[in-house]
Amino acid sequence: MARKTIKVDYLARVEGEGAFKVVVRSGAVESAELNIFEPPRFFEGFLRGRAFTEAPDITARICGICPVAYQMSAVHAMENALGVAVTGSLRDLRRLIYCGEWIESHTLHIYMLHAPDFLGYAGAVDMAHDHGDIVRRGLALKKAGNELLALLGGREIHPINVRVGGFYRTPRRREMAPLAERLKWARDAAIDTARWVAGFDFPERERDYTFVALRHPHEYPFNEGHIVSNHGLDVTAAEYDEHFEESQVERSTALHSRLKGGGSYLVGPLARYSLNFERLSPLTKEVAREAGLGPACTNPYRSIVVRAIEVLYACEEALRIIERYEEPDAPAVPIEPQAAIGFAATEAPRGLLYHRYRLEPEGTIAEARIVPPTSQNQASIEEDLASFVGGFLDLPDDALRHRCEQTVRNYDPCISCSTHFLRLEIDRG
Amino acid sequence: MRRLVIGIGNAARGDDAAGRSAVRLLHGKVPEDVAVEEHDGEATALLAALADTSIAFLIDACASEAPAGSIHRFDVGAGETPRADSPVSSHGLGLAEALSLARALGQLPARCIVYAIEGQSFETGAGLSPSVTKAIGEVVRRVLIELAATPAVEGMAQCTKPR
Repeated sequence: MARKTIKVDYLARVEGEGAFKVVVRSGAVESAELNIFEPPRFFEGFLRGRAFTEAPDITARICGICPVAYQMSAVHAMENALGVAVTGSLRDLRRLIYCGEWIESHTLHIYMLHAPDFLGYAGAVDMAHDHGDIVRRGLALKKAGNELLALLGGREIHPINVRVGGFYRTPRRREMAPLAERLKWARDAAIDTARWVAGFDFPERERDYTFVALRHPHEYPFNEGHIVSNHGLDVTAAEYDEHFEESQVERSTALHSRLKGGGSYLVGPLARYSLNFERLSPLTKEVAREAGLGPACTNPYRSIVVRAIEVLYACEEALRIIERYEEPDAPAVPIEPQAAIGFAATEAPRGLLYHRYRLEPEGTIAEARIVPPTSQNQASIEEDLASFVGGFLDLPDDALRHRCEQTVRNYDPCISCSTHFLRLEIDRG
Repeated sequence: MRRLVIGIGNAARGDDAAGRSAVRLLHGKVPEDVAVEEHDGEATALLAALADTSIAFLIDACASEAPAGSIHRFDVGAGETPRADSPVSSHGLGLAEALSLARALGQLPARCIVYAIEGQSFETGAGLSPSVTKAIGEVVRRVLIELAATPAVEGMAQCTKPR
């Protein structure tokens, strides 16, 4: 019997440590497994006994690329528990810092990690030899996002200025002015980015995904909204546990998430875009159409285009917020602890990030639960490999291995976050 | 164009703080035109920090299985690049990738020297090992000598050509 094994021991250009193995028998994919072997990190365990006020700073340490997502889900869950709503300029500033994170995280993935797959380079350094001006544009675009993080978060990595109830310090209007100039350039660079990636050669592969993302009545979602799917789900974060479940699989130190009774689902840019297209700005919709996207996208290889569209949206949204910004009277609203349970889900660059906390009367964290996007996407990544690899078996081993890696990188997986990820093994016999 | 010394590392992880500790000792001892910065080592930010710089010294900790406190010197401008053997993840885009990218983009300072100090322990919350503390003093002494020998004169401000 013809048998082929595609195996990658350490997947490059992803966040963290993982591997995968695809087994092919008689020209058909028999199995596809994602192995996450990055050690468990026990964040939920060591949040217990800490003050509710410490959650944003502790959870920010889960990821150096998307710390804002952890901070935002943490503060919203705490505020949900303690009955506080953060509105006005403080709410806008939270959206603004999230724009910064989407810009820097998506741009890093588009330019440094994913574009080399489409252009046939081993990595960004090789690509830079032939496409120096493009790499320079990517670095400058990423920097625009980092500058937003530095101003609002106090520093670019693991920001320290976010607190339950608001911020420790809010920026002055005059501090925003230079950022606005940089963001106007970034908006044009994002349009150029979308046109650039739209010209890549995409495998024509689609799947009937169950998309899950936040949806807000008026806004493209960052911090707020119901958790919805393209198959009728519409629930609040407080109802998350009634509809989603996590289970352990031997091959992974990250828990697998599934819809109860519904199987795998997909979170992240494809889901967010397909469930919220109408909430994008007119310019972003126009550029998306020009880049070949419809109102929904079910080809995961085109996720690089969707990320570019989201970068454009984030630049426009950041400019809109800066233009109307009024300095708040106080940097945060006062909060009193009480015994309570709080829930929140926000949109990390890689997708829905759910937090749940149970607090003691004095505000100590008694229980913490964190479900990161890559954890939720593991099953979908395996199903993509199982569905798509069969169509690529005529490729030589090296090209096949590369196509498998690219398939995983479609997700911009953050393995470090999900272990609470990549080796590749293709078994063709 | 400027002269720059960057200390790279995580101050909370034992000997990984070697680079940062070294540049803290350089404050007040370097000529006025020399910028002294601490850095977490993220590649794209490091690349930005090297912009418009003619002479750069980068001090970092390393783990190459040499004896703790060993000092490695790389003349990156002359073509040497420290190599990272860890699996390449985007979290692992560090000094070596930043320097390779700077070279590919023609943004490498004309003179770019890396001092790497061999660490013993990278435990969270641990202090510096005695052998690393001693090596930091020696690297500071050598960087000051090299700075004195490479003044920021016109004509040094040229980038190497991309390969």
